[in-house]
Amino acid sequence: MGRLAPRHDRHPLLPERSALSNFARTSPGPAVVAVLLALFLLVFLVIPVAKVIFVAFQDPNTGALTLVNFADFFNTSLFRESFFNSLYVALMSVLVGSVIAMPLAYFTTRFNFHGAVLIQTLGVIPLIMPPFVGAVAMQLLFGANGSINLLLDDWFGINIPFMEGLNGVILVESIHYFPFILINLSAALNNIDRSMEESAQNLGANGLRLFRRIVFPLAMPGYVAGASLVFLKVFDDLGTPLLLNVNNMLAPQAYLRITSIGISDPMGYVISVILVLFSLFALWTSFLAMRGKDYATVQKGGGGLMKRDLRIWEKVGAYAVVIFTLLVVLSPHIGLTLLSFGTIWSFSVLPDGFTLANYQEIIGTTSEYITNTMLYAGLAALIDVIFGIAIAYLVWRTKLVGRKWLDYLATGALAIPGVVLGIGYLRTFYEFEVPFIGQPLASWWVIIVVALAIRRLPYALRACVAALQQVAVALEEAAENLGATKYRTVKRVVVPLMSGGIIAGFVTSFATAAVELSATIMLVSAESDAPLSYGIYVFMQSAAGRGPGAALGMIAVIIVGVATYLSHRVIERGKRERALDAALAGGV
Amino acid sequence: MTTGPVSVKIEDVHVSFGRTRVLTGVNLDIEPGEFFAFLGPSGSGKSTLLRAIAGFGPLPAGRILIDGQDITALPPWKRNVGMVFQSYALWPHMTVRKNIAFGLEEHKVDAKEIRRRVDAALDLVGLAEYADRRPTQLSGGQQQRVALARTVVIEPRVLLLDEPLSNLDANLRVQMRRDILDLQRKLSLTTIFVTHDQEEANTMSDRMAVLNDGVIQQVGAPMALYDRPANLFVADFLGTANVLEGRFITDNGRSRFTDESGIEIVIDKTVEPGYGALVLRPQNLTIQPPGASHRAHIVPLPGTVQYVEFLGSIVRYAVQVGPHVILIDESHHQGDQVFEQWVAVEVGVDTNYLTTLAQ
Repeated sequence: MGRLAPRHDRHPLLPERSALSNFARTSPGPAVVAVLLALFLLVFLVIPVAKVIFVAFQDPNTGALTLVNFADFFNTSLFRESFFNSLYVALMSVLVGSVIAMPLAYFTTRFNFHGAVLIQTLGVIPLIMPPFVGAVAMQLLFGANGSINLLLDDWFGINIPFMEGLNGVILVESIHYFPFILINLSAALNNIDRSMEESAQNLGANGLRLFRRIVFPLAMPGYVAGASLVFLKVFDDLGTPLLLNVNNMLAPQAYLRITSIGISDPMGYVISVILVLFSLFALWTSFLAMRGKDYATVQKGGGGLMKRDLRIWEKVGAYAVVIFTLLVVLSPHIGLTLLSFGTIWSFSVLPDGFTLANYQEIIGTTSEYITNTMLYAGLAALIDVIFGIAIAYLVWRTKLVGRKWLDYLATGALAIPGVVLGIGYLRTFYEFEVPFIGQPLASWWVIIVVALAIRRLPYALRACVAALQQVAVALEEAAENLGATKYRTVKRVVVPLMSGGIIAGFVTSFATAAVELSATIMLVSAESDAPLSYGIYVFMQSAAGRGPGAALGMIAVIIVGVATYLSHRVIERGKRERALDAALAGGV
Repeated sequence: MTTGPVSVKIEDVHVSFGRTRVLTGVNLDIEPGEFFAFLGPSGSGKSTLLRAIAGFGPLPAGRILIDGQDITALPPWKRNVGMVFQSYALWPHMTVRKNIAFGLEEHKVDAKEIRRRVDAALDLVGLAEYADRRPTQLSGGQQQRVALARTVVIEPRVLLLDEPLSNLDANLRVQMRRDILDLQRKLSLTTIFVTHDQEEANTMSDRMAVLNDGVIQQVGAPMALYDRPANLFVADFLGTANVLEGRFITDNGRSRFTDESGIEIVIDKTVEPGYGALVLRPQNLTIQPPGASHRAHIVPLPGTVQYVEFLGSIVRYAVQVGPHVILIDESHHQGDQVFEQWVAVEVGVDTNYLTTLAQ
């Protein structure tokens, strides 16, 4: 059969998992590892989140279970407003993101378009800069007195409120997150086999009808998956509204309540519950969209929609769209660069002058931000890949009872916004003194590492699972047949074969942990323990700090950019090697 | 079907993908109601030719006519030529019923009529109870039937099948072969199908065209092609063949074949003198002990058994004759003795069953 059957997660070379099941029965090793992993997830994910939910339903004075907090929440106009604002911003970001992503996806999958490389780059550039880093720079470019509006005023006498209030959050978020839609939609379109269209044409369909009846429904699951991810990310984001000084949204409200009123104020917890609910809802939507509808219909050797060459004026139009999008997408980077090298930038199209002073300042005085970031993100990524390998192996290669739950739990972290995890840690671990350190776990720097590790574990886990599925069970059996123990087999055969995926997982975890703000901002208890993202936030609070803050942002972008590039190289090399192997095996 | 079956005429068709030439100078006349096969190895251009008839792929040079009408430049959706894709190309987001109804909806058939015809098509392929399933919930054979039903329900003028059996397992393949033939006879539909499997082509088609490197090598009924291949490619592609290359010599109206190793075989008919080849099918050769008496039209060639393969109904010998290894198939009967490896034997060439090919 072709690939019309639903794709299974299982590798085709892996007929049954039973081949390796003896191990779990004969050795306690995997069970012990599984229990330790489960304990870690329980203590640092389940209990803190459960605590947050519990407190939301608890009367702050009597401790009794109640819904009064939720009633208070919806009776307060500020919270109602925040709730609708968050919803509005998330939905609008999906909409604007779709408007940016759809033409780009269409160009690459429909036409023989040489700008495809540009579009791929477009899909990555925003992701190497966290949205909050560019937020202030965007204000200087697009704000009421920003460069663009100054020029528009000069030329046409108009002023467009790109950055007014919620508009600013929507603009910054959609520019940052549209690649999720672009990537998912392009993948879905590329997975439609040409024969799907041809058979429709053969039966009399063409043009718009064919698009509406065949292409659109087949691409829909991929689009919904991408769109719900964007919704989730935007709905949960704390850094961007905070830096744009838009506080009437849910995540900033939760943060402000906890930091200004204290960890006993129930409103922060109520908001947390709402954030978690909506995140779960978005994940659920994406799951439903993809379930049973993995319409990968591409046959071996062929595939993709019918492509055609562009006529000359179409080509001009396509390039115009791509370049315009590129400029918009690059504007945070451009703005940040200008800001970091600028002297004073206010009420002018460009900064008054250029200088290196901002970089000198941060390197001279605040280098611990950078070293802390490297340490925290490095440790968190290391934890993630080790746990990722262990969970992947336990889930896919053993028959342990309840092994799937490890996967579900670890993946469930996706639905927990950073703010919620931060609040949960504060509440749960404030009274827990770390032995020999003499301070609460909640304010010890290690808790930041743990939070980062928990938040990035789903990404590393998926990378490890994908890598493990590339390793045929027979390769392990061969090693065992030749006398290698299970441990030696994993060490000498499985992990080396997974190494590409492991490195990719490490780098992804590292790069995203390096610029995470929402959990970190709640858990930093001393300036000397703070990472880059916190430093950027602190600097950006004052007009004078913007320059150095931007310089710090540039360093974050460089760290993430280099890491992303390296992981891309590793993945590409792996692909090339596999292609070469296949070619050699095929006698080509 | 309101009108009778139609003819398909292909006139001097050339197809190129960029600079790569895929089909060269194809001419074919397919009779109304005929079951016609395009047979060839992968890359021979057979699928490209089929797709050109359906209107897919680059615009061909030359003309394609259906029922005398030139359709070369018509878009696929205006041809009413039903194609069953190798992958079946069933749409996973639609049920079986929706898949089958699709073409009728596109042809603006009214809803009641659609219902009736879809039900009829489902009955025709025996899948009435699967109407509300999704294609992914069906077995390969059932998917194949849905694809067939989806195509024939629109009553196309011509039915095109692209490697229809390649995704099925061996037993199902034999079954589907009969089913497709029955369906074709029932609908009396001009049908063209593409295959790389000579058994499929032999068992199903009235006539076939053997393609190689984008060129039609020979056209004819399966048995005629097997018995009288026009060239070495056809001889070799259709079944096993021993090919001896050498020279034909004719004196006084009598022809013989000879090669460098000194083999001489008299040929009953007159052959154009010159270099050429002799094609000997294994089942037309005999094997016997050296010196045994033989009938008049048998030419004995002395050799040594290299190996023996027992294939069930036949025993295949490989015999070294001079520089050649010649395959001989003897039908096997219970208790038969076989010649052992390395024994000396005589290969008997029956001069009645020779194919001569000029170079």
